[in-house]
Amino acid sequence: MQYMLIYKETAEDFALREDPATADAYWGAWSAYIGSIAQAGIMLSGNGLQPPHAGTTVRLRDGKRQVQDGPFADSKEHLGGYVIIEVPALDDALEWAARSPACARGSTEIRPVLPPPPARA
Amino acid sequence: MTDDVAIAAAAAAREAYGRRLSWLAWQWRDLEAAEDALATALLAALEHWPKTGIPASPEAWLMTVAKRALLQVARHRRLTRDPAVTAMLDDEFAHDDPDAPLLQPIPDHRLQLMFVCAHPALDARVHAALMLQTVLGLDARQIASAFLLPPATLAQRLVRAKKRIRDAGLRFEPPEGPELPARLQAVLEAIYAAFSLGWDAVAPDDHTPSDLIDEALYLAKLVVALQPDSAEAMGLLALMLLCESRRGARFDRDGAFVPLHAQDCARWDRAMIVDANQWLWRASALRQPGPFQLEAAIQAAHAQRAFTGTVPWAGIVTLYRHLLRIAPTIGAQVGHAVATGEAGDPVQGLALLDRIDTASIDRYQPYWVARAHLLALTGEAGASRVAATRAIGLTLQPAVRAYLQGHYHAADRAP
Repeated sequence: MQYMLIYKETAEDFALREDPATADAYWGAWSAYIGSIAQAGIMLSGNGLQPPHAGTTVRLRDGKRQVQDGPFADSKEHLGGYVIIEVPALDDALEWAARSPACARGSTEIRPVLPPPPARA
Repeated sequence: MTDDVAIAAAAAAREAYGRRLSWLAWQWRDLEAAEDALATALLAALEHWPKTGIPASPEAWLMTVAKRALLQVARHRRLTRDPAVTAMLDDEFAHDDPDAPLLQPIPDHRLQLMFVCAHPALDARVHAALMLQTVLGLDARQIASAFLLPPATLAQRLVRAKKRIRDAGLRFEPPEGPELPARLQAVLEAIYAAFSLGWDAVAPDDHTPSDLIDEALYLAKLVVALQPDSAEAMGLLALMLLCESRRGARFDRDGAFVPLHAQDCARWDRAMIVDANQWLWRASALRQPGPFQLEAAIQAAHAQRAFTGTVPWAGIVTLYRHLLRIAPTIGAQVGHAVATGEAGDPVQGLALLDRIDTASIDRYQPYWVARAHLLALTGEAGASRVAATRAIGLTLQPAVRAYLQGHYHAADRAP
């Protein structure tokens, strides 16, 4: 089964990335974590993302386009990155998710990846 | 209500729940039906007692209502698996004034219930969870978090296990003769699994006793009391007490993780260590060696530091050798390698690590911690850091991750 592990981080986590006093530890923990997934041979793909303020949101409402800086939703946790892993079952995915440094302050969501749609006859 | 009274009430309820459920399940041979009946009785109590007042014997009242609920289900189905059960219940039903005092105390069938929960016909993954739910009445949601399972998945597994108990007609009679040691071992392993989960979940800022540690110690004491001739049950109790005695020393005052070798043994609970050692002595007098007694003996050797100031590493290596002969788990293999290194031969320790099946180490954090440590002892700093990185990536607890980062990657001291 393929699962996406979705890492949601807090404003504090994003601040750790920038502060020279904490950046090494922050990235050290993440690279060790992602490295252990890769070494286990289960990683299909993944990316880290720049902080939410680097994002731009666009939507159409009543035929009008709205573009805004940053994320749309005002929430305590924001997407910080994701990986897609191939593991036998949800139990395994949950175990890898629980090891993520995001869990300490934010959270990690596990979503099964949709299988490709059946080919049309 | 003061906290003490609340805790005493909760303890009494826990004790009573397991006793009631195991008695009903034992009589009825159907765990699920017994649980439903007990829940029905508790609901009825909530409804009636405020109007009628608490009955003279709440226990008897609940049991009578639960039995009546069981009987109704049986009549509805028009069949039971065991005619003797119906006859017995009919007999009870004939004089079931709910307010009549219970003539005899409820016999303690909790050990039988534990044997059923850890039955070899059930998926070993549910043993511990089933025991916590049925013997102690713990909430499934609480158990799911501890077992790192989605609540729905755990609930499904528990339901499936209970159906299997009924449909496969698992015997509720205690196992006898040659069957007993293996069945008891499964019970003890389930208790230890619960304890380990509780142990891993202890956080530095958490000063309340972890639920699962408490519950596991309670269950182990129960097994020792109900099966007093089992050396392994005493060994398990000793092992858990020795671990628990170090709870206060696992984190320093700033909440940083402190590994065993660096712990201030003045912060260990000496009375608990003495208690554990006494259990271990009583166990060894029974002359039934087993893995839990050996693991407890290893922890007792570590605890000696509180009394003698040194750790008897050579003795620990010998204990691990005995343990590997009867229970060659990956945990024992890693422990043996580390002890060998600490006893003065880190090169041999590394060679022992190299013998471990590589398929089992991808997710096993202690292996990488051990490897990093032994490589540091042999002076291979670069390789040690690489192993430490694997360990950091596999660590679940933030405090342990921070410790490993600080220790091996001085540059990236964790926040």
